[in-house]
Amino acid sequence: MSATATPDAPAFVAKTKGGRITNFVDERVGGSGILREFGRKVFPDHWSFMFGEVALYSFVILLLSGTFLTFFFDPSMAETRYAGSYMPLKNVEMSVAYSSSLNISFDVRGGLFMRQVHHWSALLFVASVSVHMLRVFFTGAFRKPREMNWVVGGVLLILSMAAGFTGYSLPDDLLSGNGLRIIDGVIKSIPVIGTYISFFLFGGEFPGTAIIGRLYMLHILLVPALILLMIVMHLFMVVVHKHTQYPGPGRNDGNVVGYPLGPVYAAKAGGFFFIVFGVIALMAGFFTINPIWNYGPYDPSPVSAGTQPDWYIGFVDGALRLMPGIIGDWKVEQIWFGHVFTFNVLLPALVPAGIIFTVLFTYPWIERWITKDTREHHVLDRPRNAPTRTAIGMAGFVWYCVMWAAAGSDLIATHFHVSLNDVTYWLRALFFVGPVIAFVVTKRIALALQRKDREIALHGRETGRIVRLPHGEFIEVHAPLDEYKRYKLVGFESPSPLPAEPNANGVVDSKEKRRAKLSRWFFEDRVAPATPAELAAAHGHGDHEAIESGETQKTLSH
Amino acid sequence: MKALSQKRRHPLAAIALLLMGLLVTGGLYAVASTVNQAKATTSTNANDAEEGGKLFAANCATCHGMGASGSQSGPSLVGVGAAAVDFQVGTGRMPMQMNGPQAYKKPAQFNEEQTRQLAAYVASLGPGPSIPEAGLLDEKGDAAAGGELFRTNCAMCHNAAAAGGALTRGKFAPALAGVSGQHIYEAMVTGPQNMPVFSDANISPEGKRDIITFLKQIEANGSPGGADLGSLGPVSEGLFIWIAGLGVIIAFTIWLTSRTS
Amino acid sequence: MGNHSDGSPNHSGTVATAGQNEVEKFQDPGIPPHRLRLADTDPKAAKRAERQVALLFGSSVVGTLIFLVAYFAIDLGDDTSIATIRLQNALLGIGTAFAMLGIGTGIVHWAKALMPDHEVSEERHAIRTEEDRLAAVRIVDDIVEETGIKRRPLIRNTLLGAVALAPLPALAVFGDLGPRPDNTLAHTMWAPQDGKLKRLTRDPDGTPIKAADVTIGSAFHVIPEGLNELHEGKLNEKAKAVVLLMRLNPESLNPSPGRENWGYNGIVAYSKICTHVGCPVALYEQQTHHLLCPCHQSTFDLTQECKVIFGPASRPLPQLPIAVDSEGYLVATSDFKEPVGPSYWERDEHERNRNA
Repeated sequence: MSATATPDAPAFVAKTKGGRITNFVDERVGGSGILREFGRKVFPDHWSFMFGEVALYSFVILLLSGTFLTFFFDPSMAETRYAGSYMPLKNVEMSVAYSSSLNISFDVRGGLFMRQVHHWSALLFVASVSVHMLRVFFTGAFRKPREMNWVVGGVLLILSMAAGFTGYSLPDDLLSGNGLRIIDGVIKSIPVIGTYISFFLFGGEFPGTAIIGRLYMLHILLVPALILLMIVMHLFMVVVHKHTQYPGPGRNDGNVVGYPLGPVYAAKAGGFFFIVFGVIALMAGFFTINPIWNYGPYDPSPVSAGTQPDWYIGFVDGALRLMPGIIGDWKVEQIWFGHVFTFNVLLPALVPAGIIFTVLFTYPWIERWITKDTREHHVLDRPRNAPTRTAIGMAGFVWYCVMWAAAGSDLIATHFHVSLNDVTYWLRALFFVGPVIAFVVTKRIALALQRKDREIALHGRETGRIVRLPHGEFIEVHAPLDEYKRYKLVGFESPSPLPAEPNANGVVDSKEKRRAKLSRWFFEDRVAPATPAELAAAHGHGDHEAIESGETQKTLSH
Repeated sequence: MKALSQKRRHPLAAIALLLMGLLVTGGLYAVASTVNQAKATTSTNANDAEEGGKLFAANCATCHGMGASGSQSGPSLVGVGAAAVDFQVGTGRMPMQMNGPQAYKKPAQFNEEQTRQLAAYVASLGPGPSIPEAGLLDEKGDAAAGGELFRTNCAMCHNAAAAGGALTRGKFAPALAGVSGQHIYEAMVTGPQNMPVFSDANISPEGKRDIITFLKQIEANGSPGGADLGSLGPVSEGLFIWIAGLGVIIAFTIWLTSRTS
Repeated sequence: MGNHSDGSPNHSGTVATAGQNEVEKFQDPGIPPHRLRLADTDPKAAKRAERQVALLFGSSVVGTLIFLVAYFAIDLGDDTSIATIRLQNALLGIGTAFAMLGIGTGIVHWAKALMPDHEVSEERHAIRTEEDRLAAVRIVDDIVEETGIKRRPLIRNTLLGAVALAPLPALAVFGDLGPRPDNTLAHTMWAPQDGKLKRLTRDPDGTPIKAADVTIGSAFHVIPEGLNELHEGKLNEKAKAVVLLMRLNPESLNPSPGRENWGYNGIVAYSKICTHVGCPVALYEQQTHHLLCPCHQSTFDLTQECKVIFGPASRPLPQLPIAVDSEGYLVATSDFKEPVGPSYWERDEHERNRNA
């Protein structure tokens, strides 16, 4: 840009209109430095990098549609009789909160649309945060220097769940009321202070007349403010670190390859906001979400079959379903010293979520400790090139999915015509063996893919063309790769296990031994990238032959 | 016209109106009750019971025993009433295809006449709930009152939007969309399979009429928000956002980051 | 293919370990040569792309118009049908979708097809310099030194104490968010009032139930007499007092000693509030006599005094002792003998006090 005049230079005269505007702003508030820094900043381009933006954009849409809803919503639990236009609820006794939610749906023009936009984007918000975190995990983007940003991302995930849950409860319909009742039951199971927390939260006994107003304040003030704060920190750190990039020719830890912010990247990212908005609008226009008019007002006596929380709380609900309350003849709920320890609620409500979030927050440090890798990483790992990490991630993901599926056990039973009880028994078993199977299978698949990459790097792609050689042999012609494509397949690191090393005092302590064991577990199964020497050897064999690699390679290296 | 509007406020106008109302109601009632009588005569045809007995012996006695006294594979039908037969046979649940946790709804195996004959036969064996009168099935009750009754008594099994739900060990409460008011009414009074009985002492005939009105109204209304995703609640919404919502978004991201040729 | 781990720990599963040292690695060939797009070489293609972008922006205008027409042409009144609301909702959706997707896809198509698509490489700069960091560490050290906090432990310790206690008032002001829990959780509305036993009444209309009304196989949803007349705390009371009333063959009930008189001729009443986390356990299977909670699938067996036979609940549902009054109506002879609903820390204490 032309706005780079130094203060002591003679009066700067811009030649273009854009230049004059830039100059006008700069002379008054400065900022040309920022523009100079960011105007052409390079962003790498990959579809999987867009999920963070989806999350950000759905948050913006949440703010816009949520503001509209606050104009019409009344978070009061005072009793009233419905006088709106929805006939099947005419004159039914209900809370003002529920009545105003119905009015938004039936008597405010565009109100139903806004409600559906708000709820769909809430589901999309948490989903895109989750997928974004999965992408970051599986590509190793959480490694130094981005560990703190990973933690901020984890906090954002929890906050987005909190925002979702507080919002889910606001309409005070039968579904969300039963959801609150479950929350109340879980809170009451907390030892010592559970009953107090329940009474404080609900302003007395459940359901009381305070909870909706309190959740409303959290939902529209505290939680969004915290989310906004965290987003600012998150983006600030993204700017400091610059974006990561996938491995490939020309990309290394010292550079960023991609498109400049202005104009290409800004256009794509800006255009993408409208695309996300458009997709949400389509869903809101054509697909019902949270049909509160079906559920009726909250009343502690009725309940609807298929009472579930929104998807992001589902894994906790599923864990609650999976836990048996009586094992054999042994009651899981115990009375010790005259007090009740409700382990059948406490364990499933706290332990899986506790494990998931503890591992999530500490994983960057765990991996760094095991690998002793303190370098900065800006080039991502392809998931297959970090088989153990990918396997750990998949094990955790499968574990989560088992609990998630359990939250829909009744619907699985009715839709696949199986017994509800059998679904639960199977999921209980999968809760334990699912992650193990996922770990082993994922690791084998990752290693197999790595070997396939080696194969292709050394021998080229199979063309499907069969040729008969003069001496009668049939071969399939392999097309060699160009050097760019080959570099993508060979340009990665494959660390080997790091044996225990003595510390400063020359002693190998037990912690270090443990680390060495973990390091071996992490790296013992590995496939090293192909080398130029191997390529030359492979060409010597002739392009067609599959490398009888195992043995040859080992002799090569030993 | 002008005269009429002036006389509207006449003290006798209210009485005249009342009389007129009574006359109309009475007349309508007379017409309606003769229609009902006409129906009643057809349904208590003695021949029906006889024909029904033959049908029963040929199609049902294997499990329910001769004279419907029951056997190891089927319960006794003495005293279940015509309503139970009309429901079970009319919805195709009986004859059952095979023993299982629960009989499934399927195309009816008998035509209307045969069903009526079977019902007449079973009704002749012992007193039981009879087929409801047409007046209770007119879907002109109070939908809101029916909704309250439905949520309290039915929604926990059949789901608040009547989309059905799971019971223990492979049993389930079916979805109620597309089920005729008559069958809904009969199910309430007879309690087929594991469904509890909702006798007239529990939910009055008017209450049942309200419930049917509610169900038919929400079925006719459909969802104001668009496709209802099976009215299954947050699970289908969650599946939808992950598969369709994120799927479309991912398709866009791939297009957005791909190179143009 | 390349063989893999042979299982022995010494032989790691490494397929190939060659290429450890840098020299043997493939050299980075650098960014691939730029490939021109059709629009870069063919002015016709560029013109076509330009028209496509304009068309997309145009479709956005159409979308905005659809939205405005749908908003103003359809008014919602008391007699609006659901179909009209659905139509308006769909039109608002499609209008917004066109308006937004038109702009979005237009801009992106413009960027992809017409803006320069040269990939550029930018150097990363170190987040901080060694020099800066040394200076920062020195400053921190100086600050700590100048406060003298290390040399004056008295100041440090009292400060820590003060800071640790200071948030207490902030916590204390939340102390009135709700009343302290007392034994309200242990009682329900079923307790006889002034010696008068409470009748069992139908939910939601509150009409009393005669024993003769409850035929075998029935299930009644029950609230205590007088609940609907409460002006305050109606839902709070209802949340504890709801009961499911069922009748089965008296032979299939197996009451334990002391509970023989809690039912009446096969009619029994059990709390509807799940002992797990409090959902209404209202699914009654009249042939198996099982009660199922729709939230977490706890299953209770009515023939074994609602013992848990499946699912996450640990305790049986509390039974309400019932009898028949002189007019033939069902009444509760006392409150539940134990607190209803989910467990809580003081529950056992409350139960012992009840039965003391």
